[in-house]
Amino acid sequence: MITEEQTSQAVAEILSSHKKEKKNLIPLLQEVQIRLGYLPRKAMQEIASFLEVPGVEVWGVATFYDQFRFVPLGKYHTRVCMGTACHLAGGKLILEALERELDIKVGETAEDGNFSLERVACIGCCMLAPVIVIKDKIYPKMTPFKVEETLIPYKQEPQGKLKE
Amino acid sequence: MEKLISLEIDGKEVKAREGMTVLEAAKEAGIEIPTLCYHEKLEPYGACRICSVEVERGGRTQVVASCGYPVEEGMKIKTRSERIDQIRKTIIELIAPSLSDGGVVGKVRELADEYGADTSVFMSTFKATPTRCILCGQCVRYCSEVVAANAIGFVGRGVERRVVFLPERASRFCPTCRECYEVCPTGKIAAETDGSIFPEFSIDDFLSGKM
Repeated sequence: MITEEQTSQAVAEILSSHKKEKKNLIPLLQEVQIRLGYLPRKAMQEIASFLEVPGVEVWGVATFYDQFRFVPLGKYHTRVCMGTACHLAGGKLILEALERELDIKVGETAEDGNFSLERVACIGCCMLAPVIVIKDKIYPKMTPFKVEETLIPYKQEPQGKLKE
Repeated sequence: MEKLISLEIDGKEVKAREGMTVLEAAKEAGIEIPTLCYHEKLEPYGACRICSVEVERGGRTQVVASCGYPVEEGMKIKTRSERIDQIRKTIIELIAPSLSDGGVVGKVRELADEYGADTSVFMSTFKATPTRCILCGQCVRYCSEVVAANAIGFVGRGVERRVVFLPERASRFCPTCRECYEVCPTGKIAAETDGSIFPEFSIDDFLSGKM
């Protein structure tokens, strides 16, 4: 978890390399997200006061775009492909199985911070459909049953010492 | 000295000052044009399009939003015509489903009756949740332009777009202000907040379920 001090420090560094211009709002939000993985509330407030833009305006811009996240991703961020090939091969069933297994809905992060679930358009390996990606590792030709199996090592290693 | 411009609204000769909008000129001449997102203290927004009028110039007619359209010398304007009535009717019909939970009441109801709009025609195809908000932005703009509190704003996009209160600002300004209660044309804000609690109006509610 990122503390408020870490957030402030990271944001301050990013802000120092930008001019106080309103047009920098989106680049600033992007840089903060690249650095911290999401947009903490504190960061948004600091960007707003730096640019002298009302806080609601920063929220308005940030929530407009799908690329911005407001909760941190889980340690094992799981992406489910919903591209054409994966969709036809039953991607929806895989997503449902993951939702069931992880007990979170798509777009959420589990309370313990270990897993988050996202649906994506295409991962680029349609031959292996349907695919899921758990923390940059691709799992091909999934079935609802294999989902359970695949998750076991991740569930057993919440400390992050999993051998990959 | 400000330049006077003469134009014709509904066959009536009207004098207006330069820089006025068609809506303002009509108002001064006693001609009523319906509005939903217009507020005299705010900058024109042009969101609801209910104030659309026909402008005739050089034999061609054009439909414009009168709230933001500046007056020009020799303009001929029609505030009511078959075309305009049809446009307003459709706009009301499209707005109506978002009010369906509390019933189509108030200003929208009056307009629906006047233009013969069937408020249920798009009800069955309406997929979003009826929020009772028509996104006219009057509260948001009033809060920023007149009160300068910036406690309320838009978040999201498309069907998810809605109005929220920013808690850290709202707790400071809203309990004593509440001026947005008056400007809301559907009465949503007054009905659903008390100036301190904002059910379904806070950023946290919006973000839950969003990554």
